[in-house]
Amino acid sequence: MESREQTVAKLQAMSKRMRRNMLEMALGAGYLGAHIGPGLSIVEIVAVLYGAVMRLDPKNPRWIERDRFLLSKGHGALALYTGLAEAGFISQDDLKTYEAPESFLTGQPAMFEDKGIEIASGSLGHGLSIGIGMSLAARKGHHSYTTYVVIGDGESNEGSIWEAAMAAAHYKLPNLTVIVDVNGIQSDGRCEAVLDMGRHEDKWRSFGWEALVVDGNDVGALFDAFNAPRQYPDKPRTMIAHTVKGKGVSFMENNNEWHHNRLSKPQHENAMKELAD
Amino acid sequence: MLIINPANARLWSILGSRGAFGVAMLDAASGNDKLMVLTADLGVTAGLERFRATYPDKFLNIGIAEQNMMGVAAGLAKEGYNTFTTTFSNFCAMRAYEQVRLNLGYMQLNVKSIGMGGGMAMGQFGNTHYGIEDIALMRAVPGLTVIAPADGGEIVKTVQALMTFEGPAYVRLTGVMNNPTVYTEEYDFEIGKAVTVREGGDVAIFACGTMVYESVVAAKLLAENGISASVIDMHTIKPIDKAAIGKACATAKLLVTVEEHGPIGGLGGAIAEYTAQRGGAPRQLFIALPDVFGKNGDYKYLLKKYGLVGAQIAERIIEALNSPL
Repeated sequence: MESREQTVAKLQAMSKRMRRNMLEMALGAGYLGAHIGPGLSIVEIVAVLYGAVMRLDPKNPRWIERDRFLLSKGHGALALYTGLAEAGFISQDDLKTYEAPESFLTGQPAMFEDKGIEIASGSLGHGLSIGIGMSLAARKGHHSYTTYVVIGDGESNEGSIWEAAMAAAHYKLPNLTVIVDVNGIQSDGRCEAVLDMGRHEDKWRSFGWEALVVDGNDVGALFDAFNAPRQYPDKPRTMIAHTVKGKGVSFMENNNEWHHNRLSKPQHENAMKELAD
Repeated sequence: MLIINPANARLWSILGSRGAFGVAMLDAASGNDKLMVLTADLGVTAGLERFRATYPDKFLNIGIAEQNMMGVAAGLAKEGYNTFTTTFSNFCAMRAYEQVRLNLGYMQLNVKSIGMGGGMAMGQFGNTHYGIEDIALMRAVPGLTVIAPADGGEIVKTVQALMTFEGPAYVRLTGVMNNPTVYTEEYDFEIGKAVTVREGGDVAIFACGTMVYESVVAAKLLAENGISASVIDMHTIKPIDKAAIGKACATAKLLVTVEEHGPIGGLGGAIAEYTAQRGGAPRQLFIALPDVFGKNGDYKYLLKKYGLVGAQIAERIIEALNSPL
């Protein structure tokens, strides 16, 4: 069995590969552009889940006991796709088709269960409700899988998130984990300037959830958080993951021009230098 | 399994569309392990009290949160459950419309959305509770089957069919208690296939929901005036039964559509979309609710106010036959 240090090193390397792949995909998308910043912020979250936490079988993507991963913030698609490639659900060649006509790798995810993409998303505020249905189904069918839902801090403006938050607590679903990507910036600017939601953990706790606060770009911290003993065996769990939008590329970090943008060749070159081994 | 006979038809008529739905669900649930029924706090209204008591494991009240209900239903459907949702027609067709579009449309998840109170069943409450746009909206979602049963018996048939129907559907329930009866005996019901309730040549009346009964009344009055009118129960509005429309076009001098819905995008629109492209169709008379937020009133008052009673339908048809284009 590998040590924690070995796991962390593996996940760090995986995160770096994912970022490089994401930049290749963004370059390949050309004039169409890509949601780069909101993908980069969740790389470590996706890496830790696909690389060390979730039970999956890429040869059997519909395996009933697989853990479910729902990317509710669909604009993080680049991280999902590169994570799926790391986990063996899709190929490097598949990644090259990102945003190409009729490719299954759409700008916002479309449902392709055989490729490991559980749901369509992109329109915000849907994934958590679907995750509740899947978690209820796990309980009803005596399955042991966990459902992980990644939502954004901006996405948390949506009222449907809070309808779902109430329901998950009401139905006592410890087999449901929400990761809130708190990168602090939404489409039009700083979250607190657009709609100040205060401390996310306070809201989730008041809605009846166990809430952990974690550095969402630190694979070790995430790994520990996912493996931490549960404080409340009956409550659904949320991880308030503080991240940096555009993480890993200096000129993209905390710069909302990269929420969705075209990546030029010189920019790509500079970014790849920063991500070299 | 429930069958249509005069005694059952009488009972379902007394219960109204919601009560008939509840009875049908209770009956169809037996031995069905992969069934789930959700409500946005309208379980009693949907006639599901006995269902909830009998099958507590198959029933969830999600609370007054229609958007979440539709998403939870989608998650259950994704895991193999044939999942029914219940709320008022405008709350599923409008409040949760985008959830319907994503989950039932785009992802084609196996959710059956039941919309109670379609039309003016709750007219006494005013326009918040009218359901006058739901057919148009639900019909516009790609891949969504839209059904508006004519009476209690057809609600039972619809529920039975949906137990094995794979894919998303919207069911529109119309009328109030003491709903009039169209079917008192067993008949062949198939989603997507219209039922000719009454044969006729001069005029073809296409109707859905409670308007099937009123159209039969109208056809009888027309017969007294020497006009032969067929009545076609177009219970499935999407996919529309093109063969039934084509058959009517062969003999009828006038097509008539009757619906408890606004005049835009409903049954009339669905038929006109087809005939306009098909060609060879006679003129079409749209009988529907006006394109306004109308006044409040009890159900019977409003039907009469808006000309949706059998005698009024017959008058409108005679008027149309007598007026040149």
